[in-house]
Amino acid sequence: MKPNKLTDRLLSAPYLLWEAIFIIVPLGMVFYYGLTDRFGAFTMENVVAIMGAEHAKALWLSIALSLASTVVCFLLAYPLAMILAHMNVSQHSFIVLIFILPMWMNFLLRTLAWQTLLEKNGVINNILEFLHMPPLAIINTPAAIILGMVYNFLPFMVLPIYNSLVKVDPNVVNAARDLGANEIQTFFKIIFPLTIPGVISGITMVFVPALTTFVISKLLGGSKILLIGNVIEEEFTQAGNWHLGSGLSIVLMVFILFNMVISAIFDKNGEGNML
Amino acid sequence: MKRKFLPIACFFAIFLPLLSGCGNAPSSGNNEVIVYNWGEYLDPETLEMFEEETGITVIYDEFETNEIMYPKVETGATEYDVLCPSDYMIQKLIDHDLLAELNFENIPNAKANIGSQYWEQSKEFDPENKYSVPYCWGTVGILYNKTMVDSPIDSWSVLWDETYADNILMQDSVRDAFMVALKRNGCSMNSTDTVELEAAKQALIDQKPLVQAYVVDQVRDKMIGNEAAIGVIYSGEAIYTQRENPDLEYVIPKEGTNVWIDSWVITKNAPNKENAEKFIDFMCRPDIALMNFEYITYSTPNEAARELIEEDDIRNSPIAFPDLSQYAGLETFRYLGADADQIYNDLWKEVKSK
Repeated sequence: MKPNKLTDRLLSAPYLLWEAIFIIVPLGMVFYYGLTDRFGAFTMENVVAIMGAEHAKALWLSIALSLASTVVCFLLAYPLAMILAHMNVSQHSFIVLIFILPMWMNFLLRTLAWQTLLEKNGVINNILEFLHMPPLAIINTPAAIILGMVYNFLPFMVLPIYNSLVKVDPNVVNAARDLGANEIQTFFKIIFPLTIPGVISGITMVFVPALTTFVISKLLGGSKILLIGNVIEEEFTQAGNWHLGSGLSIVLMVFILFNMVISAIFDKNGEGNML
Repeated sequence: MKRKFLPIACFFAIFLPLLSGCGNAPSSGNNEVIVYNWGEYLDPETLEMFEEETGITVIYDEFETNEIMYPKVETGATEYDVLCPSDYMIQKLIDHDLLAELNFENIPNAKANIGSQYWEQSKEFDPENKYSVPYCWGTVGILYNKTMVDSPIDSWSVLWDETYADNILMQDSVRDAFMVALKRNGCSMNSTDTVELEAAKQALIDQKPLVQAYVVDQVRDKMIGNEAAIGVIYSGEAIYTQRENPDLEYVIPKEGTNVWIDSWVITKNAPNKENAEKFIDFMCRPDIALMNFEYITYSTPNEAARELIEEDDIRNSPIAFPDLSQYAGLETFRYLGADADQIYNDLWKEVKSK
């Protein structure tokens, strides 16, 4: 039976309506607020405001911290994904389950838990003290923020890489071995290039949420480190300047779109959509 | 036909209730009152008692800061009857013509039970006492851990003392943070003087390396858990923290501080104004005010309720009911206008991004 066009359209109507109300309209409002001033007149001021010293600094800091956490995530995720890919099915589904399990808990709660762990009189420092080891003093520093980002977003890096690793045809690897390539050569010439789409979508899925977070820096950075997400949040909740908040969001959206385009070019098979 | 019918039916089945729901969701029942209050700011049992006694259904919503509350009321996206904003925010609401005058004949408990000094203080933001009924009040001060400081603390300047580096918790909100810096410099906390504000900003930047974290509600838990030696805190939280950790001591600094009032007000377009007045009256009843005081431990302006407090040390607690005549430099926040707000916010952003 051929799919009926009208049926298709009708079936997608609820989704389209949903999309219009909850994606298109809010986006339009962000652009409206971002490109107008208090009196409703058109202005680019809110977007250009990103060049201001405080905003630019917050943006660069966000980029630096999210890049750092993306690199750490990648270095941790790739070996882990390889281990998972080499296990047999019953073993790896268990490991993957363990890996995804924390994601079923609320993101805020998990971050709050890290705060309790890392605090001066927190769990980790109590253990270290018991073992007569020097205390760990990373709470309220950029290191704690990176730790929070890596912890929260690591699964988003592991799963796409894992998905592209299991898709690598074992015959290709065998052929490489047959032709005399050693382990290292096989990895760099065959396996890694074949998993680049997974790596790219992993990078996007870690970098974008890390770039826009404001909760992690608030809870683990003690609000002392102002990221661009915090600036935007405070414009909405504290300063009540929705125009500036929206203007800065538009700038951030440009960065995110840029990242998405890169990932779309590489990730034609949609590894990133497996979550 | 059949095939086309199904999706259409689905569509209507899903969306019709939604659409019809849009039309009559707000203000449908005529016997309800919609209350918008601070988080954890009354004993939930009092709501049930109110519903039982009056048959009015309470729709209860909470906000975190005055600033989050304001735009919701201004845009009228949700119709609220009763709000509980702070002093300066009430002034802003009055300025923008968003509040209704109260009919005190319907709120007899207010005038009967609320102490006269609180009505007097309310005149700072509600000059004729027409719009607001005081609900809670208090001061902002320093909470310190006796075991972690060398000598008793009596001044804001301790927050700039390098011996307490990484042991200081500051408030993470513009006006509160600037209040501390302005008071320390001997200025008014309602200052709009550029030189004074610049100096306060510089003081906050100088202080930043000593600050462990900027927090709002978390100051309570962190002080209880001995995470820091000194924290800036609202007096209402101090009693609670002392119950949990007896090493903590609260002090009103000698330079003066913010004496604040949170009051019940009714919005201009309140759909249920009469019920709202009944609600406020109920909240002013001594037994209800006492229940709320014991639950939230924020000072009550309700003199009749204070008489009912059983424990002497709480009824005469210098934290909950300080003798304000002993202190100099006490002020209440005023709304400074949109331009001054902008200046404060810009300076605060400079502090935070350093």
